[in-house]
Amino acid sequence: MRRWLTNSVPVALGIAVLLFWEWAVAHWQVPRFVLPAPSAIAKSFVDDQAQLAAATWTTFRIVIEAFLLALVTGVALAILFAQSRIVELALYPYAVILQVTPIVALAPLIIIWVGYEHIDRALLILAWIVAFFPILANTTLGLRSADRNLIDLFRLYGASRWQILWKLQLPGALPYLLGAMKISGGLALIGAVVAEFAAGTGTATGLGWTITEAGNRLHIETMFAALAILSVLGVAIFFLLSALEWALLHRWHESAVSPQE
Amino acid sequence: MTSLVSLRGVSKTFDSGTQAIAALDLDVRVGEFLSLVGPSGCGKSTALRIIAGLIAPTAGSVEWPSSKPEIGFVFQEPTLMPWRSALDNARLPLELKGISRGDAEARSRQALARVGLGEFGHAYPRELSGGMKMRVSIARAIAAEPKLLLMDEPFAALDELTRQSLNDDLLKLAREDGITVIFVTHSVYESAYLSDRVVVMTPRPGRVTADITIAQPAERSAAYRLTSQFTDAAGKISAALGHAMAA
Repeated sequence: MRRWLTNSVPVALGIAVLLFWEWAVAHWQVPRFVLPAPSAIAKSFVDDQAQLAAATWTTFRIVIEAFLLALVTGVALAILFAQSRIVELALYPYAVILQVTPIVALAPLIIIWVGYEHIDRALLILAWIVAFFPILANTTLGLRSADRNLIDLFRLYGASRWQILWKLQLPGALPYLLGAMKISGGLALIGAVVAEFAAGTGTATGLGWTITEAGNRLHIETMFAALAILSVLGVAIFFLLSALEWALLHRWHESAVSPQE
Repeated sequence: MTSLVSLRGVSKTFDSGTQAIAALDLDVRVGEFLSLVGPSGCGKSTALRIIAGLIAPTAGSVEWPSSKPEIGFVFQEPTLMPWRSALDNARLPLELKGISRGDAEARSRQALARVGLGEFGHAYPRELSGGMKMRVSIARAIAAEPKLLLMDEPFAALDELTRQSLNDDLLKLAREDGITVIFVTHSVYESAYLSDRVVVMTPRPGRVTADITIAQPAERSAAYRLTSQFTDAAGKISAALGHAMAA
């Protein structure tokens, strides 16, 4: 009953809003370049499907690549930080600077450096910069949160640094890392789209570019279609990562225990 | 009786400037059950960690007349890894020592059975009660077959019944395996029940003020807690502790 409600209530609301939207646009004769009806947006999905599919694939590929790159580099650097305080002291401030500098402001520079002919690479770098920091910060925190007594126990039994990292610190950091991955997955998508905006038209071919292009030509339906795809992508990334989190943590972590237990 | 380990003038001052223990002399005899009793801040836990080799003394030395034996450590908290099952937690010391997985599993399974958790090998810590978690922690400590078991207020957080049952199980395990135990506790009654010898320490900095030997019957049970022999021992420890607090 509960589960049925949690699924059906938002869906019902969504359908109601779409029906009202369709009715309201017709009733008040809203111009299609201000607010197109849902049916017009649906038509755009069909008419522009080739372009939208190509754009989705371009953006999706960059998001996935940037996310995986952020995951690998973030975890690797966090491990390095956990091993050496000096390295952390030296590098952490720069990681923070990279994080707090607005990505839009950074984009033109990166694009010039990488070159317009390699715009994909520039987008990848920009999306990576945004996605990387939560992974670094959370994993570092997780690695440092290992139980002091357990570390003592490992040392008592002659464990190497590597064993402490692999058997104690990394599993302990997993809940932190998985939480960060959910944030970074969304940020990678935002980063990729923002970078496309910054790159401007004529070079990028992803969903961000599709929105800019369609806006310039007052194809508002296409803008909405691309927006809808972006939302679906974001939600899909979130759900996939939540599922991964559940799969890895549900046996042992308190966060995954249902309240009835 | 021969000594297993001797502390000679051991002092420990932390970086913060706190002196935890000062010129501590202590001989631990082979096979005895020794309790360290004292108010908070008397350096009992520090002494245990120095014996375990986890921290180095600022001055003095820890001497092992024979070679340093296999040591087990049980903390106040169960200190289990939540992502590992009870069996895999108990297996940790053997795993770190590079013992083959099959062998290590058989031995840790046996250790779990000995603390009464034979059926719970697959359970994760969050599925176990506080007392059961502490049993897993003890199983982990005995899985590596230690000659010396260091216990830092292991039962302080447990309810009275669980505590008494763990006391009995611990005595049995220590006797069967011939383990020397150094047991830190706040509880006068617990130390009177368990120990062959009780060392009372004063706080800030920690020093030994009383060394009480108790002639214990080999078999102890709930009825023993009502005998005058037991209450006399508890009385002696309590008096020494009162003296230590006043000092």
